[in-house]
Amino acid sequence: MTGRTRASAYAFAILLLVLLTALAFAFGRFPISAGELAQLAANKLFGASYSIAPSVETVVLQVRGPRILAALLVGASLAAAGTAYQGMFRNPLVSPDILGVSAGAALGAVLGIFFSQSALVIQLGAFAGGLAAVSMVYAVGANVRRQDPVLSLILAGIVLGTLFGALLALLKYLADPYNQLPAITYWLLGSLAAVAPSDLALAAPFALAGLLPLYLLRWRMNLLSLSDDEARALGVPVGRLRLAVVCAATLMTAAAVAISGIIGWVGLLIPHAARMLVGPEFSRLLPLSMVLGAAFLLAVDTLARTAAPIEIPPGVLTALIGTPFFLWLFATARRAWQ
Amino acid sequence: MAVKIEARALGYGYPGRAVGRGLDLELAAGEVLCVLGPNGGGKTTLFRTLLGLLVPQEGEVRLEGQALAALARGDVARRVGYVPQGHVAQFAFTVRDVVLMGRTAHIGLFAAPGAADRAAAERAIEALGIGELTERVVTELSGGERQLTMIARALAQGARALVLDEPTASLDFGNQVRVLREIRRLAAEGYAVVFSSHDPSQAFLAASRVLLLARGGALRQGTPAEVITADNLRQVYGVDVRVAPLDGTSVCLPVL
Repeated sequence: MTGRTRASAYAFAILLLVLLTALAFAFGRFPISAGELAQLAANKLFGASYSIAPSVETVVLQVRGPRILAALLVGASLAAAGTAYQGMFRNPLVSPDILGVSAGAALGAVLGIFFSQSALVIQLGAFAGGLAAVSMVYAVGANVRRQDPVLSLILAGIVLGTLFGALLALLKYLADPYNQLPAITYWLLGSLAAVAPSDLALAAPFALAGLLPLYLLRWRMNLLSLSDDEARALGVPVGRLRLAVVCAATLMTAAAVAISGIIGWVGLLIPHAARMLVGPEFSRLLPLSMVLGAAFLLAVDTLARTAAPIEIPPGVLTALIGTPFFLWLFATARRAWQ
Repeated sequence: MAVKIEARALGYGYPGRAVGRGLDLELAAGEVLCVLGPNGGGKTTLFRTLLGLLVPQEGEVRLEGQALAALARGDVARRVGYVPQGHVAQFAFTVRDVVLMGRTAHIGLFAAPGAADRAAAERAIEALGIGELTERVVTELSGGERQLTMIARALAQGARALVLDEPTASLDFGNQVRVLREIRRLAAEGYAVVFSSHDPSQAFLAASRVLLLARGGALRQGTPAEVITADNLRQVYGVDVRVAPLDGTSVCLPVL
């Protein structure tokens, strides 16, 4: 992997992101021309005068703007969390879902819907559920001393994720079938359609609070890919570092789930694609993974709202793309990983 | 000569299971200690204790005169370099990236490697003569190239003592010789080196002293000629061997 291929990978990803963002603003039930977009951008950025219909401005700023921002934030957060989890667990088949984080966050949010709480409480419920899930998984993993610590964490995550799934099913069974059940089902499918600027304002600080430690520890993250003994012999207090990274990645996942519900696969697909492009070195991998994650989810969401007369849940689209990718990865894991 | 690694009345093992006890050890700069013993004889357990990865059950370990128990992880890493047994490369890091990881104890918590760290990594790579591998990906290296990379990483730690756990295991004959040659060269440069092996002849080739571990914790220590005798090896391994002089050194051959 030479510096040149790396630089072109970054350039490609950033160009892709800019292009997709422009397309996402332009496409939709209410098409907006490139000229209108350029005028509006010039006005907002440089104060230039413009002559476009107020309805265009409303669509761009009030309707598509928050949704596009949400797609970028959720995509980048899920990809960053997935990158951290995969490196930390030395396993390419790991994703934010694996620690039960997504399921825990979903359970917290659905509890809020079930008790007819406000949007704020529902979102805080998602954060609390995600953090509770990862704490439980971590506690179980830390107390099963006889096993490989990484394997214990993953198994604990899968088992607790199943438990959260059962509790979710119970809540759906008990929920009022006319008001709550559709809301719960819709939210669990994962969607960016109903994102309000206030949702973004609430979740963004949590996502940034998770990103900051990952960014600061970006070089040291590499050491977690070694065996615990090796990393400790090189001078790293492995337990503390892993705890910090788990917390950071969980915050990012919970922020994403609070905005959009569960949108699977992004945290599995994207880090892997980024690793193929620039290799596993974390400080080079993390930025590319975030840009690709933002671009991917934006593309999926734009497709979701334009491809059919009704909106397709983006979680369904990512699953349609993700399942064959996962099976291919699973069949060729050894080779693809290296 | 400065004493690099020291053990006093050391008892080592896992919680509830003592593996060895009463070990006294002093290793000075320029000395090479070869640790021999059967599978499950406690070589790796001893190494983990010397590196502070396992808490001693009795006695203490001292590094460059300081009690290991009082040292932070980074302080230990700057005093002893470690080459683990059978390192399995799971990620396609380049050789340069891997060797740079040896600099961890010199790099701040939130920092990335600086120019001094890159220079130290380059020196370590050059010292092992694997400069042409720098940009190669470790998962594509042969066993011997990977072992030299791991030794370079240990050198990059900047420590003057090295612990190598079975550095020649699963290497072909030529690579075994290359690794032994590196061990001798490092000792000549003033490193204190501890390595474990399954081949007693390697002690004659590369070591100034031998520690022979047996199951149950019995041990013998001394020069290769003192320790590697037919009697001792029969006790430890349960097989008959002949030790014969050859060109100023000795070889140890099994009797079939």
